[in-house]
Amino acid sequence: MTQLSIRKNKKSKNQSGSRLTKTQIFIRDKWLYVLLIPGILYFALFKYLPMWGVLMAFQDYSPFLGFWESDWVGFDHFQYFFQNPDFFRLLRNTLILAFYDIIFFFPAPIIVALLLNEVRMQLFKRTIQTLVYVPHFMSWVIIASISYVFLTTSGGAVNAVVEYFTGEKISFLSSPDWFRPMIIGQVIWKETGWGTVIFLAALASVSAEQYEAAIIDGAGRFRRMWHVTLPALRSTIVILLILRLGNFLDQGFQQIYLMTNSLNRSVADVFDTYVYFVGITQGAFSYSTAVGLFKAVVGIILIYGADYVAKKMGQTGLF
Amino acid sequence: MHKMHNTPAGRVFDVFNHILLIVMGLVTLVPFLYVIAGSFATEAEIASRPFFLIPETITLDAYRYIFSTTTFIRSIGISIFVTILGTIVSLLLTLTMAYPLSRHNLLGRGIILNLVVFTMVFNGGMIPTYMVVRNLGLIDSLWALILPVAINPFYLIIVKSFFQNLPTELEEAAKIDGCSDMGVFWKIVIPLSKPVIATFTLFYAVFYWNDFFNALLYISDSAKWPVQLLLQQLMMVANVDFGEMDTMLSEPPEESLKLAVVVVATLPILVFYPFLQKHFAKGILLGSVKG
Repeated sequence: MTQLSIRKNKKSKNQSGSRLTKTQIFIRDKWLYVLLIPGILYFALFKYLPMWGVLMAFQDYSPFLGFWESDWVGFDHFQYFFQNPDFFRLLRNTLILAFYDIIFFFPAPIIVALLLNEVRMQLFKRTIQTLVYVPHFMSWVIIASISYVFLTTSGGAVNAVVEYFTGEKISFLSSPDWFRPMIIGQVIWKETGWGTVIFLAALASVSAEQYEAAIIDGAGRFRRMWHVTLPALRSTIVILLILRLGNFLDQGFQQIYLMTNSLNRSVADVFDTYVYFVGITQGAFSYSTAVGLFKAVVGIILIYGADYVAKKMGQTGLF
Repeated sequence: MHKMHNTPAGRVFDVFNHILLIVMGLVTLVPFLYVIAGSFATEAEIASRPFFLIPETITLDAYRYIFSTTTFIRSIGISIFVTILGTIVSLLLTLTMAYPLSRHNLLGRGIILNLVVFTMVFNGGMIPTYMVVRNLGLIDSLWALILPVAINPFYLIIVKSFFQNLPTELEEAAKIDGCSDMGVFWKIVIPLSKPVIATFTLFYAVFYWNDFFNALLYISDSAKWPVQLLLQQLMMVANVDFGEMDTMLSEPPEESLKLAVVVVATLPILVFYPFLQKHFAKGILLGSVKG
């Protein structure tokens, strides 16, 4: 009893001692805190309140009953999702797209940066850069629209060429077989040019002496590219690869949504579009929240896992 | 530079490399040129020629038509309004939040920064965010296109780092002269930050102009569609009611109309492209500096 009260006394004494200075600091910095208010409100309202709303995944949320009155169902939605054939379809589609993305898209900006780096005519280099950066700034709606115009079977330019050579048309836009190549093709077309920016910046930091030393050692052009230029890009490549792996499950919602139709849905649906269709258009709020939560948790594991592996390999990592 | 192109193999590589890069440039450029050409072509020409860069007969029918409809003009107006208002809101929120966080001795700075960074790896997801927006009564309000995405945490961290690297002498001098933190922020820090403000004005403006996702989620009233959503409906759903007809045309051009909408929806980006290229490259490199 006495001990407790002593400890209590001590504690309150300590607190009041430090509180005084903290209050003083707080008063001194009052305008800084005023400046912080709008931003904190934003994060509280649109980032942290939804995180708390994730609890809906463990409820049978009904819009009529509201969050407080809805029944709690534990892991029922997750169980249903994992037993649902949709789960494997989504996982498969997402992983295949992510895998293609890493294999076909990821190296593209590195290769183009290496090619651009070999160009000595500055005007030529800058003209090409100016051209290939443009699509990055276009919305996915614009990219999808241009794809529709070129790939359609009714008068599209690509199909005119295909028909000329093979005698028949290919329904790129609705065929499940062509969905993945189309998506990866769009990403390559839109983002390869822009992706070179960061690699070219890394290449600019390679000193001319390293090249000169390599030349003196008798290294030809390709050996210089392999032994001097590429190693200079290593840490940039690793960091970007981690980021890419961390977003493995975030196959761009906008792009996929825009290219999805009833004919290619079997290969097109990924976690995000599924959440949209089931949650927003069909109103299964709790179930779709559970699907979204599953994806977000796997995402966290992926990004921290990739970072861990990178650090083990002696790279700087992200965090 | 060096004696790289001396060897025959090197020369072959050079030729090959230049050709490859020219092809890449063309593959990027040509689709846009076709869309522009098609928007000035007649329906008959689009139907009969799968590809051309200069239309045989140049007509302004498609543009005359879309600019005579209230639907299109309204959606352009909405996009411009959301872009301008959204950019202002985003910049204000980002700058005002970044400045206090750039001060090392601010109490609670570490906690707030960690909470911000955490939102970059984890978020509530689409449905819980939708529920918050709905409960705030923002469905079918243009604010729904702005408020839920007002601060980009990456940009916030970059701006914070920029503020940290500003020379502190001016701020200290102003404080000695009796200027409050608020005064220092508006009168000293903001004027010193013009380049970073220019960069992020463009970042946010491009985002708002191009955004289609938030409109899809939160705007169901077709009278409030921004141009990106209108274009998507036009291309992929094709049941857009354009309102009153143009009396000059017997029937609306179908294909060239779509292409004309693509051109108009892209135009602001192309007009500002020289600035975008410069500032975005700067921004992405700022972002790649850790800290």
